[in-house]
Amino acid sequence: MSLASTQKKSFGAVLWDYLTTVDHKKLGNMYIVAGAFFFILGGIEALVIRIQLMKPENDFISAGLYNEMITMHGTTMIFFAAMPILLGLMNAIMPLQIGARDVAFPFLNSLGFWLFLFGGIMLNLSWFLGGAPDAGWTAYTPLSTQSPGHGVDFYVMGLQLSGAGTLIGGINFLVTIVTMRGPGMTYMRMPLFTWTTFIASILILFAFPALTVGLFLLMFDRMFGSAFFDVALGGNSIIWQHLFWIFGHPEVYILILPAFGIFSEIFPVFSKKRLFGYSSMVFATFMIAFLGFMVWAHHMLTVGLGPVANSIFAVATMAIAVPTGIKIFNWLATMWGGSIRINSAMLWSLAFIPSFTIGGMTGVMLATATADYQYHDTYFVIGHFHYVIVGGTLFGILAGLHYWWPKLFGKVLHEGMGKIAFWIFFIGFHLTFFVQHFLGLMGMPRRYWVFLENQGLDTGNLVSTIGAFLMTIGTIIFIINIVYTSIKGEKASADPWGTGRTLEWAVSSPPPEYNFKKLPLVRGLDAYWIEKMDGNDKMTPAEPLVDIHMPNGSILPVTMTIGFFIASFGFIYQVDNKSWLALVFIGFAIALGSMLIRSLKDDHGYHIHKEDLEREAD
Amino acid sequence: MTDNTNINKINSYENTRRKEEMKHQVITFVLMIAFTLIAFLVVAAELSRTFVIPFILLLAVVQVGFQFYYFMHMKDKGHEIISSLIFGGIWIAAVTVLTFTTIIWW
Repeated sequence: MSLASTQKKSFGAVLWDYLTTVDHKKLGNMYIVAGAFFFILGGIEALVIRIQLMKPENDFISAGLYNEMITMHGTTMIFFAAMPILLGLMNAIMPLQIGARDVAFPFLNSLGFWLFLFGGIMLNLSWFLGGAPDAGWTAYTPLSTQSPGHGVDFYVMGLQLSGAGTLIGGINFLVTIVTMRGPGMTYMRMPLFTWTTFIASILILFAFPALTVGLFLLMFDRMFGSAFFDVALGGNSIIWQHLFWIFGHPEVYILILPAFGIFSEIFPVFSKKRLFGYSSMVFATFMIAFLGFMVWAHHMLTVGLGPVANSIFAVATMAIAVPTGIKIFNWLATMWGGSIRINSAMLWSLAFIPSFTIGGMTGVMLATATADYQYHDTYFVIGHFHYVIVGGTLFGILAGLHYWWPKLFGKVLHEGMGKIAFWIFFIGFHLTFFVQHFLGLMGMPRRYWVFLENQGLDTGNLVSTIGAFLMTIGTIIFIINIVYTSIKGEKASADPWGTGRTLEWAVSSPPPEYNFKKLPLVRGLDAYWIEKMDGNDKMTPAEPLVDIHMPNGSILPVTMTIGFFIASFGFIYQVDNKSWLALVFIGFAIALGSMLIRSLKDDHGYHIHKEDLEREAD
Repeated sequence: MTDNTNINKINSYENTRRKEEMKHQVITFVLMIAFTLIAFLVVAAELSRTFVIPFILLLAVVQVGFQFYYFMHMKDKGHEIISSLIFGGIWIAAVTVLTFTTIIWW
């Protein structure tokens, strides 16, 4: 670590540092912390839902509040918990894995983070400003265009802000991986997590514009009197469903592919074996991404698209099971005959395989167009997508957090607590969601506030609620583990697992701000492992020690975001009173002014001189 | 000068290559202007709509191709990722448009 960062800094200085940072590792950590905050909010909402459904005809919360809870739970968990934590891991780890010193556009990286954060804050402020959105996380029209109050307006503007941030992040990762791979790092030597980051970023690039368009149409319908979705005036409400799912289906692959990448890193490290079928893994990831764009209408099989369209989308959907199956078998074959070490990261990964496979199986069931008329909008669907999102994405996030925690925060998480948290959460997860499949098959519809007694739904719902509490306990133990580790934990070495294979384990934990003192020479897949097998304890450098060029920090991303944030409030409230339009002008003045400063002011960054680098101990 | 022959060879290769490149740029530029004029002319000639609209669209597609491949250098080496991304985007846009024109009923 450099001398400056070991000195004690005042709180104000630390805050300013985090507000202005463009360092990909700090931004990654900020993404993860902010995502964890929204994860807890979404978890509390889930708990409220489960308490309401604990017994028949419960009146724990009112029907309107229940609608707000389900909407906010879904929106928060997808857009503000799962996505940002994954983006945080990509941000922190991917540049290290390809041997780069930062992402391609550090300034944009910071802008993307702040847009996401303020989008999430805006969405959640709706709780205090007259009620949250209540049209479901899918905000189907005409329900969403006719929802009274400003709830759905907050949904539109909050998602628009954070969506722009995600798009910026995705483009940034793409450019980074295409242009900034280190010496010797060819495409087919990239670790799988980098590959999945790359492909998920392609999905972000192509999928998010559909959401942006849909949200703009909804915004104009709600705030400026247009009629894109108003059937009475010649509009068509089905357009929303198409636009939403053209975005929404690739979105679930944006969530699951990085998780696949995480598992593909963990299995080889803790099996002490190279990943089985590396090139077929890359191919399967591409296949999933490609097919993922041609299946969105399987969310709309009961809309009435006709038998031809339904069949095409049903078959395409089932085809995705093939590349996914390739991956599952590759992971199993990676472990086959390896010297397996089971710790928390590995437990989450092992638990993922059966859980996700169950979710995949119910997915193929749902894809069967005729049978879907029975399943559609029941708890069977709820059971299915929680099995893939919790059992896939969330398990992946937790596995990745345990695995990379030393690289992110410099300390190894406590193993005992990690295992206890895992078992309680894992059992709770299956208790909660397994029984929901059967509730759905017995006819319990989703999004209903209450159910009647003596219809065979009482026991199942009680079991489900008990499971939700176990998941809560598991999460609390994980949080205690984090607090305990940050106070008591010992400083981790560069390669705390001892069997690290990829480049991020070749630098100290946490890495210095410039990542690599000398860029490493990559000689093959699993670059660090190759050096270890040749008896080297360090990477072979590809360059002599030279001055390192670093970007300057900047407060402009924050001011830009605040500008758009203020303007969003102007858009929402100008419906009530035109004088609110003043906020639109003020907000855009701040945002465009910041952009102007950014454009006109030359910022060449600074250099870390090689004399200073030499003086630092390794 | 005798030991500079190699350099001279490389230079002359570079020069011919640049001349070729310039020729291509000029030809494409002239064709682009010609296509634009033709587009205006077919509209002015008041031919039937069923001919004019597809014809202008066809010209537009060719012009986009010229723009990408000659003016933006997509024909050169090192643009494989960029072209696969662009074609991926075109494919997704095409599927979307196909959907909106076929399976949405009005």
